[in-house]
Amino acid sequence: MNAVLVVFLKEVVENLRDRRSIINALVLGPLLGPLLFAALTSLMITRELDRSEKPIEVSIVGAEHAPNLVAFLRQNGVRPKPAVADPETRIRLQEEDMVLRIPDTYAQAWSAGKTAQIELLYDSSQRDSATPVERLRGLVQAYSSQNGAMRLMARGLSPAVASPLIVATRDQSTPQSRSGLLFAMLPYFLILSAFMGGMYLAIDTTAGERERQSLEPLFVNPVARSRILAGKLGATFAFAMASLALSLIAFGYTGRLIPTDRIGMVLDFGPRFAATALLVMLPLVLLASCLQTLIAAFAKSYREAQTYLSLLMLIPMLPSAMLAVVPLKAQAWMFSVPLLSQHLIVTRLVRAETVTAQQLLLCLTCGTAIAAVLAWVTARVYRSERLAISG
Amino acid sequence: MIEVDDLHKSFGAVKAVDGVSFVARDGEITGLLGPNGAGKTTTLRMLYTLMTPDRGAVRVDGIDAQRDADAVRRRLGVLPDARGLYKRLTARENIEYFARLQGLDAASMKTRCDQLIAALEMQDIAARRSEGFSQGQRVKTAIARALVHDPRNVILDEPTNGLDVMATRAMRRFLRRLRDEGRCVLFSSHIMQEVAALCDRIVVIAGGRVVADGRADELRAQTGAANLEDAFVHIIGSDEGLAA
Repeated sequence: MNAVLVVFLKEVVENLRDRRSIINALVLGPLLGPLLFAALTSLMITRELDRSEKPIEVSIVGAEHAPNLVAFLRQNGVRPKPAVADPETRIRLQEEDMVLRIPDTYAQAWSAGKTAQIELLYDSSQRDSATPVERLRGLVQAYSSQNGAMRLMARGLSPAVASPLIVATRDQSTPQSRSGLLFAMLPYFLILSAFMGGMYLAIDTTAGERERQSLEPLFVNPVARSRILAGKLGATFAFAMASLALSLIAFGYTGRLIPTDRIGMVLDFGPRFAATALLVMLPLVLLASCLQTLIAAFAKSYREAQTYLSLLMLIPMLPSAMLAVVPLKAQAWMFSVPLLSQHLIVTRLVRAETVTAQQLLLCLTCGTAIAAVLAWVTARVYRSERLAISG
Repeated sequence: MIEVDDLHKSFGAVKAVDGVSFVARDGEITGLLGPNGAGKTTTLRMLYTLMTPDRGAVRVDGIDAQRDADAVRRRLGVLPDARGLYKRLTARENIEYFARLQGLDAASMKTRCDQLIAALEMQDIAARRSEGFSQGQRVKTAIARALVHDPRNVILDEPTNGLDVMATRAMRRFLRRLRDEGRCVLFSSHIMQEVAALCDRIVVIAGGRVVADGRADELRAQTGAANLEDAFVHIIGSDEGLAA
């Protein structure tokens, strides 16, 4: 039997018997991402819906000065609460989201046909209150224009006189593109599952084997070290890909749990998405396996390797975080950068946008080339005399 | 046969091995004796091609170790200082892994494994995972996997380290058996009694150099000492590092 295959099979068998590898690669890695993702997005969607549909509860100070306005608000889904003392402090302490204050001069100004003023108190640094505040402001505005129009008509003028211009907004986003914004973290979850799947093998096959003093006897066999490395890399890669594949399957199922249809979004987690995502991730997983093995080869102990590799897992978060904060327009060169290209393509796939063959090819070839360079560097490190010797 | 010719190896400023030459012949047990830190393990690591010497040559059955490392490795059975097993594999699987890496076919792998398991009296542990093995069981497994390809030359680095009296006696019996099969057996030790009890030929190393080479009686005669212990102390110049 070919020596590469012998090493590969032994590593696979040995790690299939290791509970920690199994839990990481085949349970935690694949499930953590989809479950976290489903839970977070469901929570987000439910909260979003709650805020726009459920009645606005607002404390109104001086409601007795404007019974008609209060009645109008009540008809439009506002549930007035009794007046509170010292509304400013209560808002600062977040005991109230917002307070509507109607001064006692309101009735007088209203009857005189002047512009009456009411105050809406809120704290704009509380993001939670933004939606209800907007809704309440809109309702008051609507009441104002309604009465304004009636006053104009009473004087024999057309209401159009008071509004020479009106903006009609036309949102061009599709349900898919809206979901893309919401799902910017998805590529990270996929990459994370691949990283987690291979991590324990990368440590176990190099740093672990040296720490357990079995690397020296292994290297005494008449097999070139590059071939031993190839078998070990193959096993790490296989576990990482298995983890990723399971993760994609899990996404297919949990995707149905997310109530995306309630906000008119469409998520495509079907087999086509899974197959393309798997292909796109291939060079990245290879690259990650090489990098993990390389780092583990430099580490002095199992624990040290574990620390370094845990830090390495934070790196794939960078493009996701960056693109979530600063949405960049995708440039052609970005598809040649590993991690960034995977992020862009997976995001596009979820939005059911087209990914051109050129973009795909660029992503695959550049990723594979960089992975090959890393594999070569790792092979060189594997040849060093010091590698086998523990302590 | 293992021929070592003027080996040198430095790690930075430290000269670990500084001109070591000796010959270990077939059908003989050759002992490499020296205090801790004398350069025994480094010398052996160069013999089994884990390290490249800075200068000098190693020949196994006439094959140069630097020119054809793989051919040399096929002719060597090695029990290194590091003898870690794969805990999640059984003893037999540990041996089979090395058999496959040595390129044995399935049939000869099975016969060789059965032979070694019987010879080392490890039938009771063959099917057990090696996690939790005693030191003696670990050494037996490590020796079995080192010899699975039936090598003509056997190198063992401190083979009785950490073994109890019974296991040590069994190990000595086994080494004699390997010699009687006509193999070249080379082992290192810092324990004088061990070397005296077992070796046909003794190579004494101190400070990275060979300071004496010969049969036990030759060494005694050479130094004029009454017993072997005094002879060693005389040769090395101090009794530091020679454990009783």
